[in-house]
Amino acid sequence: MAVTEQEQRIIRYNDAFNETLAELLREDPDIFIAGEDVGRYGGVFQSFAGLNAEFGDERIVDTPIAEQAIIGLGIGAAAVGLRPIVDLMFMDFVMVSMDQIANQAAKMKYMFGGKAKLPLTITTTGGAGLGAAAQHSQSLEAWLIHVPGLKVVYPSNPYDLKGLLVSCVRDDNPTIFTLHKAMLGSKGHVPEGLYEIPLGEANVVREGTDATVVAIGKMVSEAQKAAEALSEEGIEVEIIDPRTLLPFDMDTVIQSAKKTNRIVIVHEAVKNGGIGAEISAQIQEQAFDYLDAPVTRVAAPFAPVPFSPALEQSYVPNAESIAKGVRDVLHRNT
Amino acid sequence: MATKEQTKISKEVLFDLHRRMVRIRLLEEAAGQLASEARIPGFIHLYVGEEAVAAGGCVALKEEDQISSTHRGHGHLVAKGGEFKPMMAEFMGKATGYCKGKGGSMHISDLDLGMLGANGIVGAGVPIAVGAAFANKYKNNGLVTMAFFGDGSTNIGAFHEAANMACALHLPIVFMCENNEYAEYTARERVMAITDVADRAAAYGMPGVIVDGMDVVAVYEAARVAVARARNGEGPSMIECKTYRYYDHAGVSGLGRTYRSDEEVQEWMERDPIKLFEAQLAKAKVMSEEEAKEIHAGIQAEIDEAIEFAENSPLPDPEVDMLTDVYTEAS
Repeated sequence: MAVTEQEQRIIRYNDAFNETLAELLREDPDIFIAGEDVGRYGGVFQSFAGLNAEFGDERIVDTPIAEQAIIGLGIGAAAVGLRPIVDLMFMDFVMVSMDQIANQAAKMKYMFGGKAKLPLTITTTGGAGLGAAAQHSQSLEAWLIHVPGLKVVYPSNPYDLKGLLVSCVRDDNPTIFTLHKAMLGSKGHVPEGLYEIPLGEANVVREGTDATVVAIGKMVSEAQKAAEALSEEGIEVEIIDPRTLLPFDMDTVIQSAKKTNRIVIVHEAVKNGGIGAEISAQIQEQAFDYLDAPVTRVAAPFAPVPFSPALEQSYVPNAESIAKGVRDVLHRNT
Repeated sequence: MATKEQTKISKEVLFDLHRRMVRIRLLEEAAGQLASEARIPGFIHLYVGEEAVAAGGCVALKEEDQISSTHRGHGHLVAKGGEFKPMMAEFMGKATGYCKGKGGSMHISDLDLGMLGANGIVGAGVPIAVGAAFANKYKNNGLVTMAFFGDGSTNIGAFHEAANMACALHLPIVFMCENNEYAEYTARERVMAITDVADRAAAYGMPGVIVDGMDVVAVYEAARVAVARARNGEGPSMIECKTYRYYDHAGVSGLGRTYRSDEEVQEWMERDPIKLFEAQLAKAKVMSEEEAKEIHAGIQAEIDEAIEFAENSPLPDPEVDMLTDVYTEAS
């Protein structure tokens, strides 16, 4: 395939987010954005920079610091026909607004016998790596995938970010779209104009034959680094980026499990009760006879995210710990 | 105070106020009876005693306006135009109910009537009402949202967040407080250091008025003023209706309790909103006792029909209905 100028356009993850929002806002007058500092200031990470100037206070709405009311604002507006995007500055604030997310947004359609349609997108930033400590660094996807009615999305690169964000905003269900705050400056190829990546479709990032690594969010790039190092040892790793955590594309993982027979799941959240536990359980339900080693999880230790860089760096899984996990399932560690 | 304005209320509106109150009362008494016979499963939170609030508030609204509701939501849905058959069927968990039997009493709703849902979480409907009000302002459609909530709701964080946001964003909303003096089974004075919820309105920058919640005309007149304010772009208002719940927080009895006295219940029942209003209407020669009786009988017949409809309706099928309506499928 010929490489056109368009295909070569490289932009930052954070800019891909901003550009996608602007393009969506231009396309659909029913879309508005509300959240803390998203308006005049442009968001604490400048993810919303320039939007207030272009679209005005009516569509890019600065709200009080009131996460329950922010989500409620989105629910009520969506229920009567708008397509809101509401921002939770940090994913940790999910807990502050959990009633509105889990008891209200997620359940409204079902409780109302199908009548409600909630085209609501909640954007947020998750993940560690900025020295932001225990209340501004968490990955809480496991809390969210436990709730029927939600969709949960976690892009690992700028290209997917755009396609997945478009799908979230156009979806008629409450979706939670998580940016990784330590990836905001990372770069990648992003076409101009809107395109969709379907929710619930995993991406096979790298093909391999010896072991499968299922990695989420920022862990995808760490898994890629691990795969390169392992390749030099003669180990070919297949990497799957689920992209959407709910609904989860289990078929792609199962196919890969049947091929490589060895699975490592990597996430930034603590291992205990993390999404890896669910993926692992489903693998053993669906592909037990194909496994040549127990499913292994590489995840954070069971402690809050620590502040000191010395602690934080070894808290979050990285290429090295992922490579170790792969060698474990291949019985290659001495 | 606005409610003292001598508004000339048409006979049509007076009949409407009466009709909606009686519809609520008779439905609730029937639902309570059915629940006591275990013909309605689950929890039930009856609205009996508070009819003037829902009726007075909703008659002041247009059909297209929205309301949010509470645990005690039957009255709000009836006042907003809810029909008996799908309500009764929903109470019984039938497939023909407003929510196909998936919501029940505590989550009963009809978005087509602008009813944003009864709600099992205290105070949680208020932020959602604020969202609907935001959408009305955004679309500039001239509609108003009325959030119904109890005195107990005003102690929860979601209420504070929502009230502040509505006022900060200057939204077309009316905060309609049903102060029935009890947060579930705990007296208001045991959990609040103030007597009047309306005092809280000033803290958000909106007017707060107190009305007799057993006087449907007083509620209606206050609601008209607040709704007009919202519709004219003048922002939120709060109305505190002093009212009372004849039955317990949940269930079908309310006497012989340790948390309140029977004498207190009797005192409030002497100021029953329907009896009071019917006496006023008779005195003013607007509606005779005979006419009132006929109205009751007509509504009772409708309810009896609804009970029959509900009892003869099919139950939802676990094989078919369990997993539908969790998500909206792409069209």
